[in-house]
Amino acid sequence: MKQNIVDKVASVAKISLTAAEKNKFEKDIKNILDSFKDLDSATVTGIKPTFQPVEAKTALREDKEESCLTQKESLANTALNEKGFFKGPKAI
Amino acid sequence: MKYEMTPAQFIAVSNNGNINYDDFYQKFFEKLKEADKKYNLLITINDKKPKINPGKLTALPLSVKDCICTQNIKTTAGSKILENYIPPFDATAIKKLKEQGGVIVGKTAQDEFGHGTFSTNCAYKIPKNPLDPTRSCGGSSGGAGGLIAALDMPHIAIAESTGGSISAPAAFTGTVGITPTYGRVSRYGLIDYANSLDKIGAMGKTVEDAAIALNIMAGHDPMDETSINEKVPNFLAATKKDIKGMKLGVPKEYFSDKIDDKIKNIIWDKIKQLESLGATYEKCSLPTTKYTIPSYYIIAMCETSTNLAKFCGMRYGASEDLKGRDFNEYFSDMRGKYLGEEAKRRIILGTYARMAGYRDQYYLKAMKVRTLIINDYKKAFKKYDCLVSPTMPFVAPKFKDIEKLTPVENYFADILTAGPNLAGIPMISVPAGTHQSMPVGMHILADHMHEEKILKLADATHKTY
Repeated sequence: MKQNIVDKVASVAKISLTAAEKNKFEKDIKNILDSFKDLDSATVTGIKPTFQPVEAKTALREDKEESCLTQKESLANTALNEKGFFKGPKAI
Repeated sequence: MKYEMTPAQFIAVSNNGNINYDDFYQKFFEKLKEADKKYNLLITINDKKPKINPGKLTALPLSVKDCICTQNIKTTAGSKILENYIPPFDATAIKKLKEQGGVIVGKTAQDEFGHGTFSTNCAYKIPKNPLDPTRSCGGSSGGAGGLIAALDMPHIAIAESTGGSISAPAAFTGTVGITPTYGRVSRYGLIDYANSLDKIGAMGKTVEDAAIALNIMAGHDPMDETSINEKVPNFLAATKKDIKGMKLGVPKEYFSDKIDDKIKNIIWDKIKQLESLGATYEKCSLPTTKYTIPSYYIIAMCETSTNLAKFCGMRYGASEDLKGRDFNEYFSDMRGKYLGEEAKRRIILGTYARMAGYRDQYYLKAMKVRTLIINDYKKAFKKYDCLVSPTMPFVAPKFKDIEKLTPVENYFADILTAGPNLAGIPMISVPAGTHQSMPVGMHILADHMHEEKILKLADATHKTY
């Protein structure tokens, strides 16, 4: 994996990396992907992917009102709140 | 009064009203703090005077891995990005344990978000193995395993496994760790590492201890749509059953030349002992074993790269003054600053493997190979009740040796645990012997929903130890 790809992926993943981290990850990731090459020899023609190891059935709860977190509880874990709302960085 | 008793004995005495709880908990927290000081086993100690509720656990101390939400008790998943996060709710598993009288005494140390096999990728303290503090407790539930080994008072540890995070610390600390079938215990309130792989389980000094906790945590939960809606058997009763007639498979790939010879010999001796108790065994093969590490790591990294996207410095956990930064700058800065090195590495790799042009090559291929791996196990379980093998390829390594490992060498340590975790089948690690004065674990696997079989066999194995 080239460093410019590390930059691109880090940008998509929204993680600021230092120059030292970029260098390190570039080497590590190349070695890790090389070690995953064993997978290339697996024949998977006609095989369906497994997204859940045990089949999940859609579970719908009864359509009735239930208790949920209060506004105060929801905001209790951040200093970034104002007038009863979460405060976030500007989007535009 | 002396409190060197098993959890089952403690619950019985407690239910008879014969425990002075002030005295017990004073002694318990003295020992807990002493163990933590020596071995770095806990991120948070909850030493408030406990409220005593009668039930199936009546006042039994429980430690909880730090990735499981506990109401009003700090829960960080071992990460700085969740520093000071105090959940306003309990995970379903914890709610059930508390309803039966369990007392949450602390949150155990772990690799950040479960990203590790040795509990060395920790944002806080690195747990040391109480049997030899120069060695790892295993990971990622290292604090849980270490605490079970260090404490000589009644206690059960609630832990979590994604790719072997209960089995590895159980093997390295000479304790018992059960990972149930995926979906057997609700994941509601568990901070995800990889949602299709994460399972809450239990650790204790004996198989009975692990079964006590599993009995209470298991069961359907409408809050988790991957939770299984099937009747929960009595796991505790299963531990008491005879193993006569059980058919065991011994996969040759789990005894390869990559596994320490002494460990292989110990497990073979144990299999022979089980034979003398009435079980039969046969060598068998799981040909897809060579694909388990790449398949597991690709899936786990892809899932973690999406699951951890919510940690961005807003709503909970670490936050900073916005200083006019836009969302791109702020989220990237926060994640760059507060996530640890291994978390970043896995997110980067997982994001890469899901990107256009690579998704089919990595992610979808790994998911298809996962189907082949599950088919291998299903085929084996048509013939055998359980599969048995060593839990880990080596005994608990020394920290100075772990430091020298590359990420690829680190990931290889999961060679025996990644497969069953990918398949979501139940597994238990139980002490089977010692090598280099350190414990060796035997790994016992069964088909989905057959926890009773592994508990029965593990109990028989442990009793011959």
